Amino acid sequence: MPKREDIKKVLLIGSGPITIGQAAEFDFSGSQACRSLKEEGVQVVLVNSNPATIMTDPEMADSVYIEPLDARIIEKIIEKERPDGIIAGIGGQTGLNITSELAEMGVFEKYGVQILGTPVEAIKNTEDRELFKETMLRIGEKVPLSKAVHSLKEAEEVVEELGLPLIIRPAYTLGGAGGGIARTKEELLEITERGLRRSRINQVLIEESVLGWAEVEYEVMRDANDTCIVICNMENIDPMGVHTGESAVVAPSQTLTDEEHQMLRSASIKIIRALKIEGGCNIQYALKEGDYRIVEVNPRVSRSSALASKATGYPIARVTAKIAIGMTLDEIINNVTMSTPASFEPALDYVITKIPRWPFDKFTTADKTLTTAMKSTGEIMAIGRTIEESLLKAFKSLDIDSQLGIKRWEEPEIKTLLKTPTSERLFVIFHALERGMSVKEIAELSNINPFFITKIKRIVDMEKRIRTEELTPDFLREVKKMGFPDSRLAELTGKKREEISDLRHAAGILATFKMVDTCAAEFQAATPYYYSTYEDTCETNPTDRKKILILGAGPIRIGQGIEFDYCTVHAVTALREEGIETHIINNNPETVSTDFDTSDKLFFEPLTMEYVMNVIECERPYGVLVQFGGQTSVNLALPLKKELKRRTDLDTVIMGTDPEDMDLAEDREKFYLLMQKLGIPQPEGGYATSQQEAIEVAQRIGFPVLVRPSYVLGGRAMEIVYDEIDLERYMKEAVRVSPEHPILIDDFLEAACEIDVDAVCDRKDVLIGAIMEHIEEAGVHSGDSACVIPPQSLSPEVLDQVRDYTRKIALGLRVKGLINIQMAEKGGKVFVLEANPRSSRTIPFVSKAVGLPLAKIAAKVIAGHSLKDLGYTDEPKPKHVSIKEVLLPFDKLPGADPVLGPEMKSTGEVMGIDYDFGRAYYKAELAADNLLPLTGKVFLSIREADKPELVEAARKLQAAGLELMGTRGTVNYLAQHGIFMDTVKKVHDGSPNVIDMMRRDEVDLIINTPTSKQSRKDGYRIRRAAVDFKVPYITTIQAAVAAADAIETMKKGQDLTIKSINEYHKEMEQ
Amino acid sequence: MSYDIYSQVQMMKAVLGLEDGTVIKGTGFGAEGTACGELVFTTQFTGYEEALTDPSYKGQILMFTYPLIGNYGVSGERFQSDNIHAEGLVVREACKKPYHYKSARSIHKFLEDEGKPGIEGVDTRMLTIGAREHGTMRAALITGSDDGEEAVDVARNFPQITDEELIALVTCKEPRFIPGAEGAWKGSGKPKHAVVVDLGIKRNIINNLHKRGIDLTLVPATTKPKEIAGYEPDLLFVSNGPGDPEKATDAINAVKAFAGTIPVAGICFGHQIISLAMGARTYKLKFGHRGGNQPVKDLVENRIFISSQNHGYAVDADSLEGTGLYVKYLNANDKTVEGVSHKDLDIFSVQFHPEAQAGPMDTEETFFGKVVKVLGGDL
Repeated sequence: MPKREDIKKVLLIGSGPITIGQAAEFDFSGSQACRSLKEEGVQVVLVNSNPATIMTDPEMADSVYIEPLDARIIEKIIEKERPDGIIAGIGGQTGLNITSELAEMGVFEKYGVQILGTPVEAIKNTEDRELFKETMLRIGEKVPLSKAVHSLKEAEEVVEELGLPLIIRPAYTLGGAGGGIARTKEELLEITERGLRRSRINQVLIEESVLGWAEVEYEVMRDANDTCIVICNMENIDPMGVHTGESAVVAPSQTLTDEEHQMLRSASIKIIRALKIEGGCNIQYALKEGDYRIVEVNPRVSRSSALASKATGYPIARVTAKIAIGMTLDEIINNVTMSTPASFEPALDYVITKIPRWPFDKFTTADKTLTTAMKSTGEIMAIGRTIEESLLKAFKSLDIDSQLGIKRWEEPEIKTLLKTPTSERLFVIFHALERGMSVKEIAELSNINPFFITKIKRIVDMEKRIRTEELTPDFLREVKKMGFPDSRLAELTGKKREEISDLRHAAGILATFKMVDTCAAEFQAATPYYYSTYEDTCETNPTDRKKILILGAGPIRIGQGIEFDYCTVHAVTALREEGIETHIINNNPETVSTDFDTSDKLFFEPLTMEYVMNVIECERPYGVLVQFGGQTSVNLALPLKKELKRRTDLDTVIMGTDPEDMDLAEDREKFYLLMQKLGIPQPEGGYATSQQEAIEVAQRIGFPVLVRPSYVLGGRAMEIVYDEIDLERYMKEAVRVSPEHPILIDDFLEAACEIDVDAVCDRKDVLIGAIMEHIEEAGVHSGDSACVIPPQSLSPEVLDQVRDYTRKIALGLRVKGLINIQMAEKGGKVFVLEANPRSSRTIPFVSKAVGLPLAKIAAKVIAGHSLKDLGYTDEPKPKHVSIKEVLLPFDKLPGADPVLGPEMKSTGEVMGIDYDFGRAYYKAELAADNLLPLTGKVFLSIREADKPELVEAARKLQAAGLELMGTRGTVNYLAQHGIFMDTVKKVHDGSPNVIDMMRRDEVDLIINTPTSKQSRKDGYRIRRAAVDFKVPYITTIQAAVAAADAIETMKKGQDLTIKSINEYHKEMEQ
Repeated sequence: MSYDIYSQVQMMKAVLGLEDGTVIKGTGFGAEGTACGELVFTTQFTGYEEALTDPSYKGQILMFTYPLIGNYGVSGERFQSDNIHAEGLVVREACKKPYHYKSARSIHKFLEDEGKPGIEGVDTRMLTIGAREHGTMRAALITGSDDGEEAVDVARNFPQITDEELIALVTCKEPRFIPGAEGAWKGSGKPKHAVVVDLGIKRNIINNLHKRGIDLTLVPATTKPKEIAGYEPDLLFVSNGPGDPEKATDAINAVKAFAGTIPVAGICFGHQIISLAMGARTYKLKFGHRGGNQPVKDLVENRIFISSQNHGYAVDADSLEGTGLYVKYLNANDKTVEGVSHKDLDIFSVQFHPEAQAGPMDTEETFFGKVVKVLGGDL
């Protein structure tokens, strides 16, 4: 069937901010879908609240709306744009839920919008657990015994029927949020209560446990013609009980016989046909000795489908979009071979390993156990010809300190950690094998297939040999073939990495690159997608063109999110526009940068010196770009420069800002001297390598001080320290964090206003993208603070000062490319906090707010253009207000304290745009799933220092018709200022207190600012309850003030503006 | 010298030589000895037990493009014949320690028991690209030696087994009657009887006919039409098998004799034989289709199925003109013929393997259902 002629305009809904359970994969699938539809001449209207995405680039769709993913707002967009159809399955669970909601509201009928691709009925049949069970039983497929419940009483009854343990799955939630495994009745009630709250339809499914069964997934596609194909299958290394997003996964399946594989493959086709899904779909099975249960069906593209796309080279989202507009699989060309149709099943001739990346280094109090709910923020993928090679490359890609064989555990702990899955289990297995525990015992404790444990044992055994045997050329070849990185060989032999590298080169043992081509070499492929291994032939065929290699950002983690992938993609696009052959090296399967048609060549490899050098040796690029991939690639800058210098046979250079200058900005002392030279004030500070030194510096500056190790990501281990005892405790922790680098100690500017600037410099001129004013005060990590463009409270003099400092610093650091500078204003004086001569996490936000593609401009500057040539000289002056708000992952991490501090905790961001601060802030909060109430009750519990600022805000809230209440201290203080309200008991004073009220849905907003670190137990319980009961909450006084402004504006009855960013940008040109 | 990291014993040398002079050294496993044949590759990542025992691989050295083979061991439950028919096995890595509840032995032991040599540690992707670019080549696999010159020499000069000999090696020696599964025949009248020309039939083709209640008589490849007539068949079925279909002259004659009198059906080699008998031509593909991911388009239903395939020859589409046969299935990748049906008579055959094992079962019901239907059974 050719494409439908009646569909001329399509609405695509994105997935919103990056959060646990929903990472960059939907940017990848969304942008693929946009391109795919545009290829067919269909107009695309896109809505997403996340500015840090490629899909929200103004050129990706015909109209791009960066607006909250809220059904009422989307209805307005539909009213304005009048699309012919909507595709539901591209924006993940968020997109699916909103489509269901809009359908229930009757919006599609009202405006004549057709649901394209997978019908709403199919969504219901998979998402509603009870309907799903019925559908499966009807077609004769087996699902675990289960019961859908709507109350705690019903839950209790299930125990009688199904026994314990039980699995709890809330309907319509993301990444298993709110679900879990209950081993006791108490746990069951606790999880069920939480789950009922989370579920859009107040329903959870309580399910018989298939814990310990193997978990296998299938990615299936179907078109309207009923052609069904299986893109690939994947096998989880962790058995059932761990969410598939939390499990290490291999593809294709390794331990399934053809009989088992075909059994599940046939079942998958039966299921996708029964559900009438059109497009991609993911099916998860539990498998044990030839018997299976269907665990879950996702009728949409997913994190697994992104992984499957990267694992096979098959563009699932691209094909899904074309199926949605009526095309059939045999009509769609496989753009890997360019000659065969999309109606084939990929064949792999390599092993894929995926390992998740968890944020537990950030949330030390959070529970690290892996369950059916997701906790990871991102993932990496590695490709090798054997399991060992694939695993070893995967570990390298994680970019974490505790690599294999580094961390050790003691006997009783090992057994517990083998039994209970945690983020460290693979490392524990490795260590247990090193200590001589048998494969059998580990398999019994962990329920992991001994096949995988045996593979790890082979690595352990080989390590033993490497420790003792001489690294002869033959032996070196053998270990390289197994996948050992040079750095590990260096550790095991006591040699330097460079020595191993030289040994290898002397023996002619060089990496060979193989192509990922969807067909195991059966057909000639055009995919420029490669991975390294050590075999006989290399397939890259380097050209003679001028080439540049760009280092990507690796896995999404807190502090290094999708923003850096955005920058990487923009840099690639810019260089390709310049006619330069551009290559990417990266290892994150979720992203646009690892889509093989983003760059001229994609190298799917760990981001470490060796793997980067392998690409350089093979391709001999003219230059390498290190400033776009965030801290991961910046950390490689200087070592890479040194290595390139050492390797006289290579003339590749590092382009853009010199790594030495980047280092200067990171080096406290050097930077301090430069600021002095430039006459730019900094908060007083110093550095220390010992506890004694630290105390001396702190005493000199005076407490409170801001302490942090140098060279870290997202302010890891950054803290505000109020006294000497606290400092001593900190020194013990911090030294462990970064042993080679000293501790930085700065004067903490209390109640200062923080400012961020993003700029591009060509060593002559400086283009300021925007000055951002933070809403939260200095002390909250800049990555966690909401911020606004243009600044709302800074005087013109202050802004000029900021501009002046920005120019001086950019030129002083000899920046070529991007620079981000953080400053603070206190009493009209501007201080520079830090300068980062590289891409920053605000680049996409700024680019969308002011309509300047900063990362692209930077890449062109690096390629040799001047800002003048490019025509970018003036700082843009937007007429609208843009606010960036962050998304915090507390709801996904039971036990973590939902409070902001100097250490970054947010996973993603949203943007609110409108013509005044109030409405823009309201939109930003709405987009961040923190709906500001316009009626109802607000609970206030404010620390002493914040109380003066509260008065005005409280008055506004009361004037807006909201009912206030608070704890005694807050109530008394406001009474003194003529604001009267009810007192609510403190939590430790017993019931009824605010937590009881939240449980009864009697509070609409919680404003609670935390007191100092030691005495915040009460506050913690309130904040935690707000998260668990899904009550909007605010934890800083500045946000409370902003919220009061927003509520006040909204109550005046002004409509929210519905405009695409294309329109906003156009207005700026006028 | 390399070591097995489990046992620290010295491992067996092995070498693979191709007729174009390519020499690949690796580690041997299975039996010590020499295997000669065409080197062919399959892209299936499961199903090595089924493939090795598939008689169609007679005279061929089998190479898997998927690097890890043997992961779940060998159960014996899914053998397609009593023995390994592939001459030798080429893989990137053979799994020495398989884990599966059904596994009875490792692939190493399996090859050793069957006296077949295997080689691992090979850049199979390089060899696959070679086959794709230069076509299928003659090869020799020697274990216990790493003499590349010898391997190339053997590859160039081993006595070519004729196609007639190839068929003789895999066909049954005597006719064999297999009653259909009791009570399985659906439809009016008593169960039907099919004569199956055995050219190296896969066990699961027999199973598929048997489980639908059809009585079978397997006859040797050289059985004459008169003898077949003596069995009073309701259907003539021509099986899969190795080599060049043009050399299966007796089978071709059998089809000619019965076409138009009783229904005739066939799979793979059988499909080529039926086409030849009806007057079409066959030709050798550059490197064949072997794998479980081959898309075939049903031109009548206008739908794509994924099929299991294993063939080096194909039917020439142009030559079908005037034979009464039309193309029912086309390979969606290279547009070669994957199945034919007769416009008037009950004659149909498929190039792919609807019985699967190994491979997807998407076409099983379509094909075998049709067999039941032409025999007058109910679906």
